[in-house]
This record gives sequence, structure tokens and C-alpha cells, in this order.
Amino acid sequence: MPAITAEGLVKIYRSRHSEVHALDGVDLVVEEGTVLGLLGPNGAGKTTMVRILTTLLRPDAGHATVAGFDIVREAQQLRSVIGLSGQYAAVDENLTARENLWMFGRLYQLNSAESRKRAGELLEQFDLIDAADRVVKTYSGGMRRRLDLASALIGRPRLLFLDEPTYLEEADELADTIAVIDRGKVIARGTADELKSQVGGERIEVVVHDRAALDRAEEILARDGSGQWVLDEHTRKLTVPATGGAGKLIEIVRDLGDAGIAIDDIALRRPTLDDVFLALTGRASSGDDEAAA
Amino acid sequence: MNRTFTDTAVITWRNLKRIPRIPELAIFAILQSIMFVVLFAFVFGGAIPLPNGGNYREYLMPGIFAQTIVFAAATTAVGMRDDLNKGLLDRFRSLPMARPAVLIGRIAADVTYNAGILVVLMASGYVVGWRVNTGLPELLAGVGLLLLFALAMTAIGVWLGLVVPSVEVAQQVSFTVLFPITFLSNVFVPPQSLPSWLQPVAEWNPVSTLTAATRDLWGNPNPYVGSGLPGQQPALVTVLWVIVILAVFLPMGVRRYRNMSR
Ligand SMILES: Nc1ncnc2c1ncn2[C@@H]1O[C@H](COP(=O)(O)OP(=O)(O)OP(=O)(O)O)[C@@H](O)[C@H]1O
Ligand SMILES: [Mg+2]
Repeated sequence: MPAITAEGLVKIYRSRHSEVHALDGVDLVVEEGTVLGLLGPNGAGKTTMVRILTTLLRPDAGHATVAGFDIVREAQQLRSVIGLSGQYAAVDENLTARENLWMFGRLYQLNSAESRKRAGELLEQFDLIDAADRVVKTYSGGMRRRLDLASALIGRPRLLFLDEPTYLEEADELADTIAVIDRGKVIARGTADELKSQVGGERIEVVVHDRAALDRAEEILARDGSGQWVLDEHTRKLTVPATGGAGKLIEIVRDLGDAGIAIDDIALRRPTLDDVFLALTGRASSGDDEAAA
Repeated sequence: MNRTFTDTAVITWRNLKRIPRIPELAIFAILQSIMFVVLFAFVFGGAIPLPNGGNYREYLMPGIFAQTIVFAAATTAVGMRDDLNKGLLDRFRSLPMARPAVLIGRIAADVTYNAGILVVLMASGYVVGWRVNTGLPELLAGVGLLLLFALAMTAIGVWLGLVVPSVEVAQQVSFTVLFPITFLSNVFVPPQSLPSWLQPVAEWNPVSTLTAATRDLWGNPNPYVGSGLPGQQPALVTVLWVIVILAVFLPMGVRRYRNMSR
């Protein structure tokens, strides 16, 4: 059973003057036991998607299930298997960390003793033991975030939703699969490697020292590379698609050397998620909402 | 049902915890009322003679209690809006808890809080010469009526807190509406001194009926009794007011809370 299924989710925020189509028909399947990184530029609809899947918002159209529970009809059962850490630290500032965790545990329907025990474990895990009995008002931002995350874990949820800004490198490391969302639609889906190869594989970039040697360097790249080279006149940089990684790099360095062509720089470039992002959306990524199942 | 009860208890507990942790809130609520006592008992009181030579301070205190209870709506609205802003309401809504517990727990805690404030004010009243001239049952009946009204006011506060855009607006709206209501009453001055078109308003004003009811119960001067129903049956009219307010604002608050997921 997939951890999350979504079909044609639509959410329109209506106000007196405007309609924002925050989700415009989102389809998504996330397998159990995987981490999904939901990436997209500001206003793409990531938070809206998380709020719908965690029952905080109802979709205007479409269906979704989380852990097999329908997000509308079985909302209460659904809530008992998820944990949510939202865009800001939603904890009670006038309670201590221990009291917060106990309260959320109780509301998660743990009994008082269980709740107290679980709170103790999480305080230790999140390194909040020393501050556990201080009111949260006195906490630093980082401590609040830790407490917020601990609160999301209080009921040992099967699914954890995290809605927080993340660097793409982090997403690359943490997420098993990635969905890119823009203007309320999923525009790409796959593993980080799959998405990168969609944008293009590895490339080799060579900066030739002497402009007069460019012609001969182009010949060599045409022969060694695995595609059409591109020249940036201004910086004397030649870029060519190349499969074969470091071995190919060495081959090109050797051939350029044999031909007596001096180079200022040479590098093997793999596309990053930033490249993927720029290619897909034309904008830089802002955030990352993750669902771990 | 069991879930509703325990979750409500947990929410009530967390709302009550706040009171000793921000003592300034309670202290200034009490000081505000004491300021009114001082102003009217010592500054204006001499200029407002009661017919038949009644004791102005005994006349004043029940009104001060009622006025304080009216402001319960502001406390609740601000607390509710604050929870919403901080994302706590979202957290609660994402938990498998009984849905009404957040609202009932807020109301229960705020009524309890107002009961505490009332006790302090009654002690202060005693110091300046206010007395209950009847017995313990009447004292308790009066307090019960005040708390019943507190219940109605917190129900308004719940709804208000969910509709206003910010804590500041919650505060502003409360004060802009509540102060005139308490002044358009029999709390400080005889309602007969008002322009004639305002007199029925002052007469039917729940703050007036609540005040008149407690004055009657406690044997405090209540010299300006009108001949209409609010004048003759102030306790009954107050209870009717409470029922109407609850019937209107509770469902509106609940609907507003539910519609947060729209
Ligand atoms: N309550 C609301 N009322 C009206 N419009 C809204 C509301 N919430 C979000 N929107 C709009 O819906 C769109 C999607 O917003 P959402 O918060 O889901 O984006 P996001 O991907 O989480 O962005 P970010 O990376 O900035 O967190 C945006 O255009 C936003 O302005
Ligand atoms: Mg967001």
C-alpha cells in the first residue's frame, strides 16, 4: 500500500478580489518507507499540499489517501498515524518543553504515563534535557524548532510531514525521490539522479588559454566528447557532453597536452538539483517539504 | 465522549497554566477594575448622590463586577487569536483529538480565570466598604449569575478571536465595543439621567440587568428600578440574555473553527 496517493487535487483560495489556484490538479504516489522531497519555488503550492494531506485543509476537488485513509472521510484515523511539523514552531510558549510534549502526547491519545515517558525519551533524543523544565518563551529559535520536531514525533507516527525550507543539497542527500511542483502542478518526478539525467548528463568544461588555439581544441572535443561542443567566446570556455567521467577527463587533458594546447582550467561538471530546478521552472528553488513514510 | 472530556481537561489545564506564567495579565485586569472603583468611589462618587441616601460604594461594586466580567470577551478573543497566529490551532487540528475540546477548554479556563479575578475584586470591594447584606445563598447566587454571564462573554470571545485578523484588532474591537456597553448601563450613573431614546437601551442592556440582579440579591442599593421587565425581573432577563448569546455565538464560533479547513 502506498503511503500517499493523490489524484487531481485542486485547491483554490478565494477572496473578494482574487482567486489563487494553489493546487491545479496534483497527482502523486509515494511508496511506504521512502522519503519524498517536494520541491518548488515560492508559492508553488508545497505548504498547501502538506496542509491538505494532514487534514488541515479540504481540497476543492480530487482525492487523496494517507496511510490508506481518505483525507476527508477518515480524517480522524489519519491524524492518529501522522506527525506534522509546520512552517513555524507551533508550541505553547507558556509551557515548558516537557509540558508541551506531555500535552501533545495526551492529545495524541496516549495515556498520561505513556505520554510522560515518551516526552522524556524525546527530550533526551533532541538534546533538550537541560532546558526541559524551562518555559519555551526563553528558548532560542533552534531549540524551538527541535521541540517542534519532537512534538511531531510524540505519537511515533507512521508518516512524518515536515514543511520547512531546505537547501537543495540537503534534499539531494535526504530524499529517496523528488517531486518538483510549480504553479500547483507536479512538473517532474523521480530520483535525484533521474531528474539530473533529464536535464543532461555529465559535461566537461575547458577554458583554453590562447584564443588562437580554440579551433584545434574544438576538433579534439568533437572527437573525444559524446555530443556537440558549445563555445563561450567571451570566457574561451568550451563545454561538451561527455560520458565516462574522470577517465574521459584524463583522456581530454592528455590529448590537449599532446597537441600543445595550454589550458587555464578544466572540470567535470555533474548537474546539481539547482540545474534541474532552473531548467524545469526557470526560477531558483525556495523550499522543500518532505514526507517521510 | 471520554475523549472529549479528557482532551477538554488537557486544554483547560494548558490555558490555566498560562495565568501564573504571565501574572501581568491578571494583575492588570484587576488593577483596571480597581482603578474604576477608586475613580468612582473616591473621585466622582461624592457628586452622584443616591436617592434615600444609599451607600454609593455598595451601589458601585456590583457594577464593577459586571463590567469586569464583560471584559472576559476580550481576554478570550486575544487568547484564541494568539493560538491561531502561533500555529497552535493548526497543531491541535492535526492531532487525533476531540474537535470541540479546543473551544470548550478555552471557555472553561477563561470562566475559571474570571472567577479568580472576581474573588480578588470582592475582597477589594470589602476593603472599601461593600457588603453583602443578605446571606450566603444570595452571595453564591449572585456569583453564579456573574459566572454564567462570563460564560456568554467567553463564547463571544471565541468567535471574535477566530474572525479578527490579528491580536491587536481583537483587543481594539473588544474595547471599542465593550466600553460603551458598560457605560450605557446603570453601572455608574442612574439610567434616568440618559437621553430618553437611550433609556430603553440602558434598561435592556445585559450589563444593567446583571448589575441590578446582583444588587437585589445582595441587598445593595438599586434605586433606579424601571417598571418594565428588565427592571422587575433583572435576574430572569440576564439568564435570557445568556441563553440568547450562547445560542448565537457558540454555533458561530464552532462553525468558524470548522471552516478553518476551507
Ligand atoms: N490562505 C491563503 N489565502 C490566499 N492565498 C493563499 C493562502 N495560502 C496560500 N496562498 C497562495 O497559494 C499559493 C501557494 O501557496 P503555498 O503556501 O502552498 O506555497 P509554498 O510552495 O509553500 O511556498 P513557500 O516556498 O513560499 O513556502 C501562493 O500563491 C500563495 O500566495
Ligand atoms: Mg510553504
